[in-house]
This record gives sequence, structure tokens and C-alpha cells, in this order.
Amino acid sequence: MSNETAKKGKKWETPLLDQLKEGPWPSFVRELERCATTSPRTEDLLGQLEQSYKDNVNHWKHGGMAGVTGYGTGITARFSAMPEKFPGCKEYHTVRIGQTQGYFYTSEVLRKLADICDKYAGGLFDFHASSGDIQTLGTRTDELDPMFAELRKIHFDLGGGGSGVRTPSACIGPARCEWAMFDTLRACQDFVEHYQDELHRPMFNYKWKTKFSGCPNDCDCSGVRSDLSFVGVWKDNIRIDQDAVKKYAEKMNIWEDVIYKCPTKCMSYDEKNGMVIDDSNCVKCMHCINMMPKALRPGVVRGAQIRFGGKVTMTVGARLGFVLVPFYDIEKDKKEGYPFLTELLDRIWEFWDENGASRERVGELIQRIGIGNFLEEIGLDPIPEMIAFPRQNPFIDFEEYYEEEGEEEEQEE
Amino acid sequence: MPSLAETVKEPEQLTDFGPPEYWPFLPPIVQRNYGKWKYHEILKPGVMVHVSESGEKVYTVRCGGTRETSTTTTRLLADLADKYAGGYLRFTSRNSIEFLLDNEENIEPLIKDLTDEGFPVGGMAGSVGNMIHTQGWLHCHTSAGDANGVTKAVMDELHKYYVSDELPAKLRVAFACCINMCGSVGASDVALIALHRRPPKVQYDKIRSVCEIPGTVAACPVDAISPKPYNGKPSVAVNEERCVYCGNCYSVCPAMPIADPLNDGLSLWVGGKISNARVKPRLASLAVPWMPNEPPRWPTAVKAVMTVVEAWRKGAKRGERVIEWIDRIGWPNFFKVTGFEFTKYHIDDYRLGETTMNYSNYVRL
Repeated sequence: MSNETAKKGKKWETPLLDQLKEGPWPSFVRELERCATTSPRTEDLLGQLEQSYKDNVNHWKHGGMAGVTGYGTGITARFSAMPEKFPGCKEYHTVRIGQTQGYFYTSEVLRKLADICDKYAGGLFDFHASSGDIQTLGTRTDELDPMFAELRKIHFDLGGGGSGVRTPSACIGPARCEWAMFDTLRACQDFVEHYQDELHRPMFNYKWKTKFSGCPNDCDCSGVRSDLSFVGVWKDNIRIDQDAVKKYAEKMNIWEDVIYKCPTKCMSYDEKNGMVIDDSNCVKCMHCINMMPKALRPGVVRGAQIRFGGKVTMTVGARLGFVLVPFYDIEKDKKEGYPFLTELLDRIWEFWDENGASRERVGELIQRIGIGNFLEEIGLDPIPEMIAFPRQNPFIDFEEYYEEEGEEEEQEE
Repeated sequence: MPSLAETVKEPEQLTDFGPPEYWPFLPPIVQRNYGKWKYHEILKPGVMVHVSESGEKVYTVRCGGTRETSTTTTRLLADLADKYAGGYLRFTSRNSIEFLLDNEENIEPLIKDLTDEGFPVGGMAGSVGNMIHTQGWLHCHTSAGDANGVTKAVMDELHKYYVSDELPAKLRVAFACCINMCGSVGASDVALIALHRRPPKVQYDKIRSVCEIPGTVAACPVDAISPKPYNGKPSVAVNEERCVYCGNCYSVCPAMPIADPLNDGLSLWVGGKISNARVKPRLASLAVPWMPNEPPRWPTAVKAVMTVVEAWRKGAKRGERVIEWIDRIGWPNFFKVTGFEFTKYHIDDYRLGETTMNYSNYVRL
């Protein structure tokens, strides 16, 4: 501890960050200070962040490599651009640790992770990073292998990064939700176990994100936050408990709050007939079920919808995932070892590998070459469920044209 | 609670063994009722009950946390899990923390302990969820603003709507520190995205040794970068008229720095939606193109967020998400009630941006 530290009780004065300790929401500055009491490197992180608050710009160097032996990813290398002033941040790497599905932990395993984070990082976690990983911040390059050895002992593996399969994530699913139309946790665990090589040794053009949500409420945000999105759906009729519907009718305006908001106007309600739903026209939006969970329940013929190509801005613009497979019988596929899914992904990745450019997400490639061509390449038939409406311009790229009989010979002569 | 040895065993493989099996981490009541939940009810802000077909009930208490979590706080949460929830807890995908209780009587003592420790309890229906965000100045070299600071400043204002359930519908707010948007904030009800607004400066002395020229040229989405020798050595030129300040060139080439204390700032986006309920998922639209970076509390950006939230809260019908309210009143009224200036920057001029025009006579006069 330097004299300055001993004198003032802390190494860096942080008048700007101190203002973020005020207010009712939990303060990240207090979290950083808690780390800094035992971690000199995180003390310097506070100092460097205060410097950024003064300068209106970050002070991290671009690039640099760091990794765990045997892995091509899992570590995000971070080197300070001001290492002389903030030596603790000279190497302050992120370690991505694959989370448990559904983000469930025991107190004991959290304490063990905390011990590792104190010993080999800056005592600082992210619960959780955007892909889903646990992150620890503040590991030096020479500590990465020893840290992984400790993580390995409690069966925590590294997460993804770079141009490969990123750590997939799932909503809470059947663990605590009546609307889980498939086992999101099992599907996600099966997926991540199957694609370990693609996850840990990036070999794609750019990142590939996968998320599993159990119903169209999409609590895991798979439709926008992933290239490959699974959203649970049912095929048969919404199950209605008419007595429970009557009880809702006593405390809410069913027409105002539920029926008028149905996107396809496929429902009606009156005292004589009760709730009547034309399920053939239901688009499974979930609104009526959300509003009356005791009275309306999804059907029992269940599966997942696969939406595809979602991503945000970098590199050429944001897009939501579109419907690729309207109903995927994931339970059946699982029983057989996922032949449908793995073969589909093999074809998509081969297509992406052959046609994609560096840093081109698969959705951007599809945009560039056309969805029709993409479908043909991966062997899926075009179906109207994929589109909002058919094309509105006549620039049809017909692949052949008709010729009069004998036309070719005439020209040749 | 199972012992550590039961939940996690040392893997047989050296590498690529994947995350630990999740089943042992599920509380016993969850294991018993896995896939058998029948319905749920929100009992009060931050507390809900799920009822199983077996008749068992599990009570969830949710509180807001900080994504950056110290080991000290992690151990504190572990202690609370031991005290009230049989040693189990979980996190949500929006950085909130949940305790699943099989004993209803533990709800109030847990809430008291959480409140005493400064954790707000809430974040369910009719509330704002915890803000998701990126790393920002704390830990990212491409950041154009700080994520934690903006999030803290915004959530201090939104705290009252996290611990209550008086909003018209759920509200999702997010922050991204550059347009790479780790975490895809672009479909949130209200999003702040940090942007650059000045072209990158080519470091001619460095570019040849640290960058691959063709890759740098190809990285530009608007063809603003071309190969151009400098003093007889390979380099690039930036067409400043074309540049849209995305920073992708900097991502692939460290000799193209684009961060700028004067010109980096925050933009405000509204009306994104991910759930399929009632109306389709949608990306957010631009509300304010640029506001200055104002550490430590970003007053202009915070005020802009609250302007949208308050206008929506007052104007929306029950159950309307932000985009449903805007669609009902129309964008001209949105700009009127918020007072945000509508400029040419709000009209999309990027490639197929013209599809965002109003090709109808639908105007509220």
C-alpha cells in the first residue's frame, strides 16, 4: 500500500464517480469500491474509470491477445492504454464462464466462484453478460491457466467469443413457467454440449448467437438477440376453463382488455357461450393467456418455432429474425439425437462458409444474396409463413424462360 | 441443499466439458414440479406465486442488482439464499436476482433484509425491468460512453417504477456503449445508444504495421474507405462525406481511432418490442439523434428518457407498451408531446430506409 493510500484510505480520489453512489438504485461504484478494498488492481480500475469520466473517453488499448491453453476463446483481453498511471489495469482481462442453464446457482457454488474471482481476478463479476455467460473481470495473462484449472475443478467451462458459436442461453422454461412449450433448459444444455468445438475454437465468418425462449413472450429476447432463435409454440387449441373465465369477467372487462387486443380477432365472449376461440386463426401471440393465466392455457401439441438471422447493427444494420421453420417438433428430434437440427445447421454453416465475407453475420449474407437463394441452398422449401406479404416489385429473377419449339436450332443456323 | 461435490464433479475431459449440468442447481420444489406448473399470480410488486398441478406453490421474490457485482455482494446474496431459500438463487437475463421460496412466511423477512441491504424489490408486470447494459468505459475499447454510469443515473429516476406496479405495461430500458450493441438493445421500449459523430483519424505512421489494408477497406458498410498510399506507403483514405461513424473500421484496425471526447454522445431510441403479444416484435426508432456525454450523471440523456416514460405513462391506455401507444397517437403526436425536435436525421436514408415512409393518407390532423 502506497503512502498516499495509507494517508487517504484510498489510492484514487474519485469525486465524479462518488456522485454515482447517491440515489436509490444500487450503485456499481459501491461494488467497485467493495472489490477495491482487497484488490489493488480494481482500485486502479476505479482510478482509470474516474480518468475516463474526466476525459470523456475510454482508456483501453485496442487489441492484444490472451487465452487459456487449448482454447481459442473465452477470454476477452483487456490492456490499459495508461498502464504507467494505472499499473493494476495493465492486464485486466475478462474471463467468460458458461452459466448454468436458467442462471440457477447454489450458495455454495457462488462462494466457490467468488473465491476464484478474488484469487485470480479483480473480485468483480458480471451477472450476467449479454450472451449469458458469467464474467469475471481483472485476470492477468499469467493467471489464466491457473484460474481455469480451479474453475475446471467445479466443472465450470469457458464461454464463447469471437467468430464462433457464442454461449447460448435459455429462459427459465419448465423450471418455473407454465408456458414453456419445450424444455428450454435441456435444449440449451444439449446444444452447448454438442457444439463445444464450434464454441471454443471460432471458425466462422463472424459471431453466431443462439437463444431459447419457451413461448412467444420471448423472455430470453431470442427473436432479436440471436441469429438462431427458438421460441416455443403449440399447434392445437387453447385450453379454456370457462368457470375461471367467469371469475375474470367479474373483475376485468374481457372485451376491452383481452378480446379487442387479439391481433386476429379470433375470440368472443358472452355469458351464454362463455369464451369462444377460433383456434384455426390464432397466431399464438400469448396476449389472452397472459391476461387470464388461470382461465386460458396453451394447447398440448407443442414444439418450437425457429426464427433466423436476427442481429443488431454491426456491420450493415439491425434486423429481426424471420420465420424459418414454423413448427419444429423439438422433443421428437431430441429423442433421435437432433438429426433435423444438426443437419440443418451443417447445411447453413457450409453455405455461410462458402459464401460469406469476413465479419458478415449470416443474416447479412442472406440479405445480400436473397432469401430465396438461401432457402434453395439449405434445402428448405419457401412457404408463406416466412413472409409478411409477397414481393411488391416486379423485378423477378426468373431462372429460365420459354422458347418456341426449334428456336434454338434456327438461331444456330 | 446438495453439497458442492454432488452438484459439480471434476470433469473427465481436460477441455470442452461444457457448463455444469443445471439439474442439481434447481431448488427441490422446482425439481419436483418441473414442467408441471399450472398458473401464476403476481401478489405484489416483486413477488409472485407459481402453482403446480400437484398443488405445491413456489414464491418468487425479485430484486434489482448491478450487473457489476463484487464478490462481497455475491457472498451476501449467498447468505440470504441460505437463510430464506434453502441455499438456492437465480439471476434473470436482465440482471435482477430471484429467490424461490417454498415457505410463504419467508417472503416478508427476505424483503426486509433485501431492502436493508439496498436492493429494490420489484420489476414484474406494470413495472420497469432492470436495465440491461454493456461494459462502457469501465472495460471496453470501442465504447463511446459509459454504460454503468448512465444506467445508474437512469435507474435512480426509474427506481420508483421498479418497486411499484403503476406503469401501463411492462417497460424495458437498455443501454449500449456503441452501435455494436453487445446485448442488442435495439428492440427495447426505450434505449440509449452511444454514438460517434466524427470520422476516424487515420494514423498513417501505424496503419501499415498493425492493419490489413483490404480488410479495413472492406469493413466499411458505406464504402467510405479506399486504399490510398501515404508518403509512398500503403494506407487508406476516408471519405468524410460518406462516413456514418459506425466504428467498424476501428474494430478491425487499431490505427483508425474514432473515439472523440467532444463528439461521442448518446442517442435515444423508442418503441422496440420483443414479445409477440398483441403486436409483432419491432426494432426501436430514433427519438433523439445525439446528446452530449455528460459524466457523471448524464442529465440531458436521463431527462430525455424520463420525458418518454412520463409521456407514455400519462398517455397510454392500460396494457399498451410504448410502441402501441405511439402507433395509436401517431409519430407527429409523439414528437409533440415529448417536445423532441423532428429533424432530417429521423428520416431513414440508409439503403432500404425508404420503407419507413408513410405511403398512405393516414394523418391525424
